[in-house]
Amino acid sequence: MKNLLLIAYLDLKESIRAKWFVVYSLVFGGLIALFFIAGVTESQVMGFSGLSRLLLMYIQITIVILPIFILITTVRSISGDRDSHVLEYMLSFPISLKQYYWGKVIGRFITVFLPVFFAMVIAVVYGALKGAAIPWSIFFLYTGLLFAMSSAFLGIAFFISSFVKSSEVALGLSFFIWIFLLAFIDIALISLMMQERMSSGLIIFISLINPMEIFRVAAISLFDPQLTVMGPVAFYILDSMSQTVFVLVSIGYPLMLGLMFAFLGYKIFEKKDLV
Amino acid sequence: MIKVTNLTKKFGSNVSLDNINCEFKKNESIALMGANGAGKTTLVRSIMGYYHPNSGEVLINGFNPIKNRLDVLDHISFVPQLPPPIKLSIHELMEYIEVSAKVDKELIKHYANEMKLDINANINKSFFKLSGGMKQKLLIAISLAKKSNIIIYDEPTANLDPKARDDFYRLLKQNEEDKVLLFVTHRLEEVRDLVNRQIYMDLGKIVSDERF
Repeated sequence: MKNLLLIAYLDLKESIRAKWFVVYSLVFGGLIALFFIAGVTESQVMGFSGLSRLLLMYIQITIVILPIFILITTVRSISGDRDSHVLEYMLSFPISLKQYYWGKVIGRFITVFLPVFFAMVIAVVYGALKGAAIPWSIFFLYTGLLFAMSSAFLGIAFFISSFVKSSEVALGLSFFIWIFLLAFIDIALISLMMQERMSSGLIIFISLINPMEIFRVAAISLFDPQLTVMGPVAFYILDSMSQTVFVLVSIGYPLMLGLMFAFLGYKIFEKKDLV
Repeated sequence: MIKVTNLTKKFGSNVSLDNINCEFKKNESIALMGANGAGKTTLVRSIMGYYHPNSGEVLINGFNPIKNRLDVLDHISFVPQLPPPIKLSIHELMEYIEVSAKVDKELIKHYANEMKLDINANINKSFFKLSGGMKQKLLIAISLAKKSNIIIYDEPTANLDPKARDDFYRLLKQNEEDKVLLFVTHRLEEVRDLVNRQIYMDLGKIVSDERF
């Protein structure tokens, strides 16, 4: 336990000093600042106003950029250390592979989750100071979703990192996964839907096993379920299952997915040559 | 202390270690030599438990380095040929070593001092920002402070100036008792005074093994 916490602590310290972390924090903090400067909280579009609108815009941008940020910064965690022979030296000390791997996972999770969470906290605090009503239900839902989304992509990143030999290949794979989940699945499914080759229920199920899609639908699930605002998948889902159940699934599923990938990554890390 | 039996390690179709058999006992100081690609590093990494062998086994004090990783690495100090670009500060690196291997930080500082490296003046610097010689001195100090029975050095003097080499040899002489010292080297003359056994490898096999 002591070793696990030590690895997590050292990884956290190392990450916080890294340039990517500064950029990462500035992007999410900057987004919130930009929304306030642009007067998003004062505008009203399609019934969303004040902090709700700001948080919704924040989460919609986060859906796109958070996964790729997590993937490219984390995917080199183990493969990069392997590449540069850091792993060879660090593992020459009596530390178990389990402690090393999971310590890295915990340290990296804190690093990627806290900036996106704090950006939201800053928005809420600043909004409250300006007298805006705080949409607590949205705040808690988005905290849960960000936590689950970070877990999912962190798990995937560690999984890739455990078996890829070079950082370049790891980065390439990350980009592919991101763009695949972001766009290709939707394009392929829309095409299948239009050709009516598969039932719409099956297509929507496939769409929903994509953590980015479930995140997107869950992020707007607290709002008025109008087809024009939400799109067909969200409309179908919220029409066929209760909002509470869906929110629980949308947090639980990515969380489990992340843990499953992280665990598979650990098994590979344990069974493969270390350097 | 180290027993290697019928060890074979392949990478794809390339046989890096071909049915290696050897034993290293207490008070032996070995120069492991051979051309690039002879299998020296693969042998060292197999001893450290980094590689899963295709066949055969390695035992360190009777323990398998993969299955009993912690028991084995408790007894091994390792200094790589090129210091890795560790981004931790010296203070953090020493903390890692103190907690994981129960090495006294003051002892690391003592040996670093003997190697003419002032740790306190660089304590908050990132390890990778130190000069090549400073990094090597610190890794050597750590290896000695760990008080292991088995010390493995891969070209340990590559980054050291002549004065630092002398300090290194002097410290090794003071700490060699009851240990196995394994030097991976291309230049026998650099460790000739320290070793009492020379193993030459080629194409994954041990082609000569002399004691003197």
